[in-house]
Amino acid sequence: MSTIAHADHDHHDHKPTGIKRWLFSTNHKDIGTMYLVFSLIMFFIGGSMAMVIRAELFQPGLQFVDPQFYNSMVTVHALVMIFGAVMPAGVGLANWMIPIMIGAPDMALPRMNNMSFWIMPFAFALLLGTLFMEGGAPAGGWTMYPPLVLQTGKAFPYLIFAVHFLGISSIMGAINIIATVFNMRAPGMTLMRLPLFVWTWVITAFLLIASMPVLAGAVTMLLTDKYFGTSFFNAAGGGDPVLFQHIFWFFGHPEVYILALPAFGIVSQIIPTFARKPLFGYASMVYATASIAILSFFVWAHHMFTVGLPINGELFFMYATMLIAVPTGVKVFNWVATMWKGAMTFETPMLFALAFVILFTIGGFSGLMLGITPVDFQYHDTYFVVAHFHYVLLTGAVFALMASVYYWLPKWTGNMYDEKLAKIHFWLSTIFANVLFFPQHFLGLAGMPRRIPDYSVQFADFNMISSLGGFAYGISQLLLVYIVIKCVLGGKKATGQVWEGARGLEWTLSSPPPYHSFTTPPKVTKALMEY
Amino acid sequence: MHLNKNIIRFLSNFTVILSALFFLSPNILHAAWGMNMTQGATPISHDVYNMHMTSLYVVTVIGILVFGVMFWSIFHHRKSKGVKPAKFSHSTTVEVIWTLIPFAIIVALAIPATKLLARMDDTSKSEITIKATGYQWKWKYDYIDEGLTIYSNLASDSVDASQRNSGIDPKTADNYLRNTDTALVLPVGKKIRIMTTANDVIHAWWVPDLGWKRDAIPGFINDNWTVINKEGVYRGQCAEICGKGHGYMPIVVKAVPEKEYQAWVEQTKVALNSKNSDGDKDFTLAELKAKGEGVYKANCLACHQANGQGIKGVFPAIDGSPLANLKENIPAHIHQVIYGKGNMPAFGEQLSDSDIAAVVTFVRNNWGNKTGHVIQPKDVLAARKK
Repeated sequence: MSTIAHADHDHHDHKPTGIKRWLFSTNHKDIGTMYLVFSLIMFFIGGSMAMVIRAELFQPGLQFVDPQFYNSMVTVHALVMIFGAVMPAGVGLANWMIPIMIGAPDMALPRMNNMSFWIMPFAFALLLGTLFMEGGAPAGGWTMYPPLVLQTGKAFPYLIFAVHFLGISSIMGAINIIATVFNMRAPGMTLMRLPLFVWTWVITAFLLIASMPVLAGAVTMLLTDKYFGTSFFNAAGGGDPVLFQHIFWFFGHPEVYILALPAFGIVSQIIPTFARKPLFGYASMVYATASIAILSFFVWAHHMFTVGLPINGELFFMYATMLIAVPTGVKVFNWVATMWKGAMTFETPMLFALAFVILFTIGGFSGLMLGITPVDFQYHDTYFVVAHFHYVLLTGAVFALMASVYYWLPKWTGNMYDEKLAKIHFWLSTIFANVLFFPQHFLGLAGMPRRIPDYSVQFADFNMISSLGGFAYGISQLLLVYIVIKCVLGGKKATGQVWEGARGLEWTLSSPPPYHSFTTPPKVTKALMEY
Repeated sequence: MHLNKNIIRFLSNFTVILSALFFLSPNILHAAWGMNMTQGATPISHDVYNMHMTSLYVVTVIGILVFGVMFWSIFHHRKSKGVKPAKFSHSTTVEVIWTLIPFAIIVALAIPATKLLARMDDTSKSEITIKATGYQWKWKYDYIDEGLTIYSNLASDSVDASQRNSGIDPKTADNYLRNTDTALVLPVGKKIRIMTTANDVIHAWWVPDLGWKRDAIPGFINDNWTVINKEGVYRGQCAEICGKGHGYMPIVVKAVPEKEYQAWVEQTKVALNSKNSDGDKDFTLAELKAKGEGVYKANCLACHQANGQGIKGVFPAIDGSPLANLKENIPAHIHQVIYGKGNMPAFGEQLSDSDIAAVVTFVRNNWGNKTGHVIQPKDVLAARKK
């Protein structure tokens, strides 16, 4: 343990107070906090939409909402959860932790940092505002396939510009992260000493910069098709509706890894801490993450096996997709090997991380099955797919985010959270997420398509179980809010080290860390990072 | 800590039982609960099922091994047992091994998958060709060799039961949301080529018992084939979101012996001819209203709603609208039904003159619309000629 930084620098600062502290903030921790709070709010907004969906699907027949509004819920739930909850949570963590983890005083581009956050509330005001418009919110699915999306009413331009703003925000965030990591590392913090969380975020940032402009192009073409008489995607005008899907998924598949890679990083921080043992295969973890990122640009058409691609195309995308199982498998094996012969304890971050390893892997298994083209002709667009991506994104990405919140909350607030309540939150989340999503595998295999407001009576039993799990999962998340607020307000004081087995620069700072994390760069030695 | 252990034990038991139920006895459970993929009615659907089960078994075994090691470690390598953590952090040998083994497994899966895909792709030597066209929200089937065209809508009892708070128990509807007014009749034992396309937005044609689904895309024609071995009725539905009626466009395939199929083709041709031949007859208001109600339910209700009010901002109301009430708007009204407007599709091709006359008369004399206007098939015919 070194004792490097102290809060003594703080009173030299003229930091703004009150609302100005947040509006004009250029401080990585304040901006990180805003990102995380924003993400939590969006998690609940998107979650309440999921509750509407599960309520309508509780039993056959149409009870609560009209099919058009149901489709809006499906569409906006996805957009809010992806762009409003998971991505900003990842950026929030990056903001908070990357400067501290690499020994920097702040992010490299603090003003841009402010802007990239403050764009988001406006983007979501545009998107969520459509819910109150005549004609309703977008209802063609978050994938925005034409020609259906072109039937959207007044909400259409709001959808397009919301996506544009979110893209700009993400790209600025990504540039900032890359600039920070490549320019502001403390002496001795070589690339191959970077904590895995930083590595996964650097790679994610490159994915963002490469894929977001593609999405922007695609939605701009939608805009001109609708209002300016172009026919990019209109077959009657010589265009091609499938072209949109190619462009969209060229963004969409890397996007999946934009959501997942930071989660891999988080879990790679947490498991060594609570196993009290170094991460197994650090170098292979870095290479596996990079391979996954590169491969993610060559698998997009596995979302489109049923559009009628030529057989050679289908074979190429099937092989490339199955290939991703190799580096992903390496990561899972490395996590298990990290646990092996460790001295594990099971505080809440570790519990969420362990659940992540198992449940994300289950999502990976169904992903491998979905990658097998001839069988995907049956799975495609059914609840099997819904189950798959919720295992990967909810019990995967979101569980990792929960793990990270419990892991770093004492560092952020200076107080320990209520471990007993947190464990209850973990068990409720884990049990009910499975009650919610496991039966959806059965529904999909039995033939229930996704995105339908009502279903044949043969699907009734599993839908009811799934809905009950959904309501219970939703209510359990209120506990998270309570635990976080309780921890912010007080609790047992946290030490700088917080966790016995934690390694890395963030644990050398006080809890909470000083306003400008490292004003003098720390010297990073091999010993500091290892066991 | 004890409580914790018990919970872990309970959960792992629960998971084991659940996966045992799912993985080890799929056939028993398939019958009782409908929780696994259907084996289907065609040679291809059987192969698809087998490929599905193979991959399921493979991932299950991998899962048991990986999670087994993990749980072993969780139970034995814990601090509370007084263990000292080991120091190792890599091993090139094991890392190479666990890169190569998964690679070998996916190669082993990819070989049969490639063969199966090649067989599914081969539409040559088909004996009958059907073109399935997706509409918002119904299917049109062209029997290319017979010059026969039929439309397939959601069955009327399902339409009634599926209205919001209809008060009708879905269980009382015949195959709720999976039944049509007209089935796609196909002969058993013949290689049938099924082309898919669409008229408005993207749909997907899916009958699980045939072993595949395929998108129906405007401007594209996709090619597929099937040989149905067993007589029977096979049900499916649209599988690509296509607007508010997406959940309400079922597919029913009725597989019958060759002879019965031929008889059905002849019968249907005659029936369609007589349906189109009432174009020069005149009907009473009551006759037109009665017929028009059925046409409305199958074609108009999804957007304009049972009460004719539509959905504000999306689908205009018919009840009280000038188009459906003012006498001078009758030609415009007929024109709009035939040729469509904006998001409203053109029904001229799908509906006969008497169908259009009936539905226009129906909406002009239903709800608050009490015009007394009677539109005859010949008026529609005249509008078509213009």
